[in-house]
Amino acid sequence: MNQSVPSHSRLPLIRNWIVGILLILIFIWSLSAMKFDGIQEYGAQVVSSIWEGFTHPDWDYVYLPDGEDLLRGLLETLIISILGTFISAFLCIPFAFWASANMSRIQAVSISGKFVLTVIRVFPEIIMAILFIVAVGPGAFAGVLALGIHSIGMLAKLYSETIEAVDNGPREALISSGASKLQVLRFAVLPQVIPQFISYALYRFEINIRSATVLGLVGAGGIGVPLLFALSSRNWSRVGIILLGIVILVTIIDLISGWLRRRII
Amino acid sequence: MNSAPVPDAAEVGAPAPPPSKKPAPTLDSKGPQRFKALFTWLGFIVVIVVCGIRVDANLVQLFSANSMENMGRILGELSRPDWSYANRIMPAMIETVQIAIAGTIIGSVLAVPVALLCAVNIMPKKIISIPARIVLNLVRTIPDLLFAAVFVAVFGIGAFAGMLALIFFSFGLVAKLTYEAIEAIDPGPLEAMTASGANKIQLIVFGVIPQALPYFFSYVLYTFEVNVRAASVLGFVGAGGIGLHLDQQLNSLRYDRASTIILLTLVIVLVIDYASTYLRRKLL
Amino acid sequence: MIEFKNVVKQYPNGTIGLNNINLTIGEGEFVVIVGLSGAGKSTLLRSINRLHDISSGEILVDGKSITRAGGKQLRRIRRDIGMIFQSFNLVKRATVLRNVLTGRVGYHSTFSTMFGYFPKEDHDIALDALNRVNIREKAYSRADQLSGGQQQRVSIARALAQKPKVILADEPVASLDPLTTRQVMDDLQRINRELKITTIVNLHFIDLAREYATRIIGLRAGEVVFDGPVSEATDAKFAEIYGRPIHEDELLAAEAAKGGVLA
Repeated sequence: MNQSVPSHSRLPLIRNWIVGILLILIFIWSLSAMKFDGIQEYGAQVVSSIWEGFTHPDWDYVYLPDGEDLLRGLLETLIISILGTFISAFLCIPFAFWASANMSRIQAVSISGKFVLTVIRVFPEIIMAILFIVAVGPGAFAGVLALGIHSIGMLAKLYSETIEAVDNGPREALISSGASKLQVLRFAVLPQVIPQFISYALYRFEINIRSATVLGLVGAGGIGVPLLFALSSRNWSRVGIILLGIVILVTIIDLISGWLRRRII
Repeated sequence: MNSAPVPDAAEVGAPAPPPSKKPAPTLDSKGPQRFKALFTWLGFIVVIVVCGIRVDANLVQLFSANSMENMGRILGELSRPDWSYANRIMPAMIETVQIAIAGTIIGSVLAVPVALLCAVNIMPKKIISIPARIVLNLVRTIPDLLFAAVFVAVFGIGAFAGMLALIFFSFGLVAKLTYEAIEAIDPGPLEAMTASGANKIQLIVFGVIPQALPYFFSYVLYTFEVNVRAASVLGFVGAGGIGLHLDQQLNSLRYDRASTIILLTLVIVLVIDYASTYLRRKLL
Repeated sequence: MIEFKNVVKQYPNGTIGLNNINLTIGEGEFVVIVGLSGAGKSTLLRSINRLHDISSGEILVDGKSITRAGGKQLRRIRRDIGMIFQSFNLVKRATVLRNVLTGRVGYHSTFSTMFGYFPKEDHDIALDALNRVNIREKAYSRADQLSGGQQQRVSIARALAQKPKVILADEPVASLDPLTTRQVMDDLQRINRELKITTIVNLHFIDLAREYATRIIGLRAGEVVFDGPVSEATDAKFAEIYGRPIHEDELLAAEAAKGGVLA
């Protein structure tokens, strides 16, 4: 206490050290859960065969005249994410208005809406896919439904933030010109939010195309299904071509979607 | 929850770009514009319909008595969780969080040098920054679960594969968000330091790091939130954590136990989300 | 013609916004309302088209009571009253023409406007309105690409597209620089004279009020303390309205001089 000024300035430093040491301890504790033994059993032979597979992708698999090939798998993945995004982009609109603070006078309404969206958002799409597989059977449709419902959580949140940021001026102008409530919504609110809505939907589409590649791992259609087969049969050259296909598809989608988003806003 | 740094948030919420460079349309362009909008909508509807046909989207089947009954039965069983099961899955739950922590920390540390290489205000040489960004974008095209499936096939079933998957995933996410934050820092202090003769390392240590560090920690916390959620499903492909148990219980149709796992996971995810959001708000 | 009969506005917290206002504003007048901020200028203006409700009394627009009107009838009366706002209130990312066309929605059923298409006559009316404020060439630009003065002219065109009998302007030049202020006020005056549209404007610049008004109404604490032609609105009268001598910043000329020095 006699040297209050220096000790005060040293306090954050001590706190940082404590936080740092704590972090390192937590990190070591976390690492202790990983079992590193057993890795050595896989000799250089396995690694080299994997390398061999990745450097020599199975080009024949890209297109097979009959049956399952890479292009058809990727197409199905693309379709799942298009439909999933489409469904959520519309289903989330009522949720977005529910969660927007400026759309209702009672605060509890928007708070409850925000909580529901949080729960939807943290509920993994993989689990949703499994539930929908039970309902409609394995396949792409279950994947579409899983993505469609799961994406509501994030999209509705972003939409509601857009609605909360709406400029009230045009609303006032429309009311003063004798517009009805729906006309006010149509001509003052929608033109302000629609471009942002589309932009967010495209952004979600970029996320969904990635998600759609893994849905197949649980049987919900798309490129994940053949990937799982290739992985379990250790067909590394096929794994290589499938991963290459995914990287190319996702990159192309990112480029197109990013270009569209820049044009819209 | 994850309001601050949604990945790509910088792009999503970016300020309006300058007015388009094309000349202002004349009065005559009204007609074509109207047709353009119409064709865009028509094309969009056609794409949706074709996609719907391709995946056999069958709303009749979805709302049929049979599938409604199935869904209802599962939801009914899910609504009666078996709480006695909760104790037995705690170790797996802890393992899930451990995977997320280890993956986040290692991935984030690896992300730092790459983020510095990608930021054009630190690395003005395009010959380095552009390839670095391309590598980063390629890493980011692969979702965490896909990494996990590959690593399980390579290193065998277990938490180690899961950790590796999250390392790669965190690396991509943190590096991208951080390099964007670095590019957005105030150039004033950097200029002042360059003027006073600082070298590159001094510039980074005294000019960049103090400004970018709060953002970096915030992104690490955000990535941790995402990783906890991801870790809870890694087990579906054999990469450790609680997902393995969930997969088993779902396969053996023990929906009461599956429900316990799901609810417990939700609670842990929500607690971590709230704690992390609170910390992030204090950081920035 | 607009009639105020014993109009009182009391806010929920007890503050009196308007205290027993009785006024008759005739067709074709150019009325400027002056007063300190908080004197009730904006409340008075916004009670005419019922953007603000009044507590008691009645307001008649062309003999019809807007106070008692509801639903469709209210919207029908509002259609005849165009309004111009301090912050323009345009949909920024829509084109100028779309903004002006929104002035026409009161003429169509809700259903028929939902698709966003307006008949050709509406386009002609909108373009004609833009012509009157000299920015027809900007019809297909986005509103946010225009300067402040241009945006305010678009909002005047939007009001004109309503084919109104009355135009209300709530501090229309408060966000504009002295030069564009004059252009916008000139537009309002020309429209008032050419189309015989009754115009009621809130202003805080005293010299502007004197220059453009045919009649000045002074408000103080929600009451009319002056109502007369410009010739009677002397400096002494203004000092009375304001309850103190006139400040420099209440004169556009002074603002312009200041701007000149800065530039």
